[in-house]
Amino acid sequence: MSVGFHELEEAPPPMTSRLEGELLEVSMGPQHPSTHGVFRMNVALEGEIVRKLKPVFGYLHRNHEKIGENTSYLGSMPYTDRLDYFCSMTNNWAYALSVEKLAGIEVPERAEYLRVILAELTRLQNHASLLGFLLSDMGAWGTPLMYAFREREKILDLFESLSGSRMMCDYMRFGGCRCDLPPGWMERARKLVDGFPRFLDEFEKLVVSNEILIARTQEVGKLSAELAINAGITGPMLRACGVNYDLRKVDGYGFYPRFKFRVPLGEHGDCYDRLMMRVLELRESVGILQQAMEQIPPGPIVNPKVKLRSFRPPVGEAYGRIEGPKGELGFYLISDGGSNPYRYRVRPPSFINLTILEDLCLGHTVADVMVILGSIDIVMGEVDR
Amino acid sequence: MIGSGVLNGMAVTMRNFIGSYFEKDRLITVQYPEERETLPENYRNFPFLIFDTDDAEAGLRCVACKICEKECPPQCIYIVKSEDKKPDYMGKPQFYPATFDIDISVCMSCQICVEVCPFEAIKMDKVFELSRRERFDALLMRKNELAKSNTYYHNIHPLEAAEVDAKLTEAAEAKKKKT
Repeated sequence: MSVGFHELEEAPPPMTSRLEGELLEVSMGPQHPSTHGVFRMNVALEGEIVRKLKPVFGYLHRNHEKIGENTSYLGSMPYTDRLDYFCSMTNNWAYALSVEKLAGIEVPERAEYLRVILAELTRLQNHASLLGFLLSDMGAWGTPLMYAFREREKILDLFESLSGSRMMCDYMRFGGCRCDLPPGWMERARKLVDGFPRFLDEFEKLVVSNEILIARTQEVGKLSAELAINAGITGPMLRACGVNYDLRKVDGYGFYPRFKFRVPLGEHGDCYDRLMMRVLELRESVGILQQAMEQIPPGPIVNPKVKLRSFRPPVGEAYGRIEGPKGELGFYLISDGGSNPYRYRVRPPSFINLTILEDLCLGHTVADVMVILGSIDIVMGEVDR
Repeated sequence: MIGSGVLNGMAVTMRNFIGSYFEKDRLITVQYPEERETLPENYRNFPFLIFDTDDAEAGLRCVACKICEKECPPQCIYIVKSEDKKPDYMGKPQFYPATFDIDISVCMSCQICVEVCPFEAIKMDKVFELSRRERFDALLMRKNELAKSNTYYHNIHPLEAAEVDAKLTEAAEAKKKKT
């Protein structure tokens, strides 16, 4: 049936939306280049100003927790790599830590030091690539991202020669690590860590005093300390609001109390503070790495009492958490004495940090939404699980 | 002064651009198909089965105990145990896998099968150029495709293979002493 001319005229004008009379509803994503994966935002716009924002996620959901309940404790370890595929080492550590808590397993000293080293290397590469992505979201296409990826590549090469895989490391085991360092690894790592401040100096010169960057980030996406605490925000995002909360200091897991480092704090909680927080944390991480590489003792790498096959922890529950590069990463396990957990729950930092996206974006322009989203530092593999 | 930050950034870009001609550190790109980096010793990608001696059938170390099949997180291994026994490379009658398939389109190279194997029969390979035109059958590796010799293992993981060989000979000698 053809549509008559009068019907077309009576149809509502295309620029009104279902939501509210004058707002324009735009669906950003899930294939938007700067949403960091398959993330979608339903944005209601008044001109260019965001008036409503509804995050839609779940496109990458793959039943991680249910799979964890149906495979053995060891079998979940490679799956944790796929949560936040940028920092598989810290995911491994958080999971190993909660199983060790559950079963009361001791970890040899060398393995603990190695875990600290690997976690801090992960932080280096995660923050470096985040800075690159954030700048490319702002329109600094390519250059800073490539500089950051160049450093990340060197760290991934180290991971590859240690664990066999660049990103899906699957390196830690309950009660230690899988294998000892290959010959010459420590020298390479030391060289990389000593050369890292040069990259940081250059990167700071490249972006930090850049007027365009300051105009784009300062006073954008301000987060108050009160809201951050109420919403359960953790990691660099929380510290950018001036809340002194770092699990490395609070929990003192691993051997972190043995190292001297400071926790950088922001003041305004805007995007610029969040960006600078990463740069400052990188400097502290370099310090931790240098101390850990000096102190690491020889010795066994894994607790020989832990069985690899038919591993059955006693009945109970445990929550292990670490300060991942993105925030507090926790695993909650309930054991009924069987070979697989009764309940397996992940507390993903980027998912919980993402919940306040609307509060940050209201009143800003569409272009700022991308910057704010970039500064939250999300990985959809972890958000959707 | 307004604009000095931008100019400073430009100077860094310039230094990187010129530096990339002189410093290996600033240009780490490898022109892949023509230029290749040697893989590190620990590199792992997809499991394979080891056989000793020259005969891929008779020398297979696998005794079809099915531990790897059970422990594999994505369940990509499929084993059928043989009905009869046949002498393994040490002369002891053992079961052998009548069928041993690994679906490498499912495998995630986690190395758990290698770690749980009590017979040092399954190890990680280093192949990575495995693209195929067909989607299903071509990526289902059968026993004859998976079986690779101990010499091959020595070639790809020299340090680890030497360790494994020492362990095996030690176990064989300890057994000889007992009998």
